[in-house]
Amino acid sequence: MKYVDSEQVHKKMGSRLLANNLAKTLFFMATLFGLVVLIVLIYRVLADGLGWINMDFLMNRLSTDPERAGIWGAITGTLWLMLVVAPVTMILGVGTAIYLEEYAAKGRISSFIKTNISNLAGVPSVVFGILGLTVFARALDLGSVVLAGGLTMALLVLPVVVVASQEAIRAVPQFLREASYGMGATKWQTIKNVVLPAALPGILTGVILALSRAIGETAPLVVIGIPALLIPVPDGIFDKFTILPVQIYYWTIDSALVAEYANLAAATIVILLIVLFAMNSIAILIRNKFQKRF
Amino acid sequence: MPVVTEKANLNTKTANLNQKAKENKKVVYHTKDLNLWYGEGHALKNINLAINENEVTAIIGPSGCGKSTYIKTLNRMVELVPSVKISGEILYRERNILDKSFKVEDLRTSVGMVFQKPNPFPKSIYENVAYGPKIHGIRDKKILDEIVEKSLRGAAIWDEVKDRLNQNAYGLSGGQQQRLCIARCLAIEPDVILMDEPTSALDPISTLKVEELVQELKEEFSIIIVTHNMQQAARISDKTAFFLNGEVIEFAETDKIFSTPSDKRTEDYITGRFG
Repeated sequence: MKYVDSEQVHKKMGSRLLANNLAKTLFFMATLFGLVVLIVLIYRVLADGLGWINMDFLMNRLSTDPERAGIWGAITGTLWLMLVVAPVTMILGVGTAIYLEEYAAKGRISSFIKTNISNLAGVPSVVFGILGLTVFARALDLGSVVLAGGLTMALLVLPVVVVASQEAIRAVPQFLREASYGMGATKWQTIKNVVLPAALPGILTGVILALSRAIGETAPLVVIGIPALLIPVPDGIFDKFTILPVQIYYWTIDSALVAEYANLAAATIVILLIVLFAMNSIAILIRNKFQKRF
Repeated sequence: MPVVTEKANLNTKTANLNQKAKENKKVVYHTKDLNLWYGEGHALKNINLAINENEVTAIIGPSGCGKSTYIKTLNRMVELVPSVKISGEILYRERNILDKSFKVEDLRTSVGMVFQKPNPFPKSIYENVAYGPKIHGIRDKKILDEIVEKSLRGAAIWDEVKDRLNQNAYGLSGGQQQRLCIARCLAIEPDVILMDEPTSALDPISTLKVEELVQELKEEFSIIIVTHNMQQAARISDKTAFFLNGEVIEFAETDKIFSTPSDKRTEDYITGRFG
């Protein structure tokens, strides 16, 4: 006697295939949902904002008059912010990653630190805002200037850089380190001449992704006290400033008062999306270009 | 004529001494009661070996017998493995390298290493060879050029790469990469060269080239080579040590090991009964 009864199998075949198709449809719908929402969002933003984007909008200062208002100040502020965030996260993040991967003895303490860095990535950004307000803006008495905002953002995105750098450093094959040690190189010489050059593409990818997260964040800077209407364009890291997402936030709130502000917010979103898209593309390009050669 | 006789005697004595010195070459590495543990695993057990200079010493044995561990202990590379414990003494030129005051960087400048898998840096051929001298502080471009050429010639690869020194070393074939690694090792002007199965990843022709190279290099350097390949040990080495389960079973002239081994286990291994 056979255990598999072909008659039974035939009877159930229909419902099995149905379940199969249902599963496929369900997962496809799940994928579609996100895509559709994104398309609707982009469509709305483009419809509202595209007509407002021109050279004047990009190059003008802020104004209460929607016809004259521009985002030059927010663009400059965003650039200044990146100029602070990039070196600070790079130095702190790569330094931490090197310590954890190359120096720290593998044990309880290093795994405790690693777990906490991952936890740090999960801390809500508004909490970092409060940290920035307490430490940088008030205790160090910097006020709500680029430097205070940049340091706050640097802390916020630090875990991203640490984790990306750790992965990049770990991916450098051990035999390259051995080759260097084998010739009498010290640990630091090996890190500087062999490990870091090989890990650089991965580290850069992480830094760019961290930067794009930093310039898309709103909450921490609102907490620090970015002014809602800032007309002067920042000239340095000790100037008051605003950045694109904060400008979007204030314009959206005030659109209850002046309807055109909604269009200005939409136009700014388009610009911000273009910037973020460009940065992520660069990160992907770097990653693909320098993909493993070992 | 007592004076003359005395002088004649003295001459014979010196001649004898010279003769003896030739036979008894200087010991470069003297291992005494070496024990090594990986965590709880006892990987090397009471190793006692005296390795002569300007000879090729082969270390043979089945996988897991501790031969790679031993050679990596000779330049303390084994310390890269966490949880390693070592006891005993390894005298290199009469200084104990396991002494904490002995700087590993110092040791590894005198003792070069060639690894199992060719491991050039993802840099140009020139930069690969110049790496060692550079980390030891040589900046003069002219001196570096000379070292690079001398080392590449020494590793019998100069003619193949002299026109593309600035190309990435990853463009070379496996055999060329391994000879490049030997050149890189020569560039630090070592005293001893450790080779950890240097031909196991190479084709027969590249293997032959490396073997010929080893024969030339022993004029100038002391070479310790771990090999899986018994024919290779027989072809190129002066002395052979047979390792089994972390112990040295037999250490003698290569001819003797392969013709009249004194231990049954050595005989079984070299006749291919196991391993």
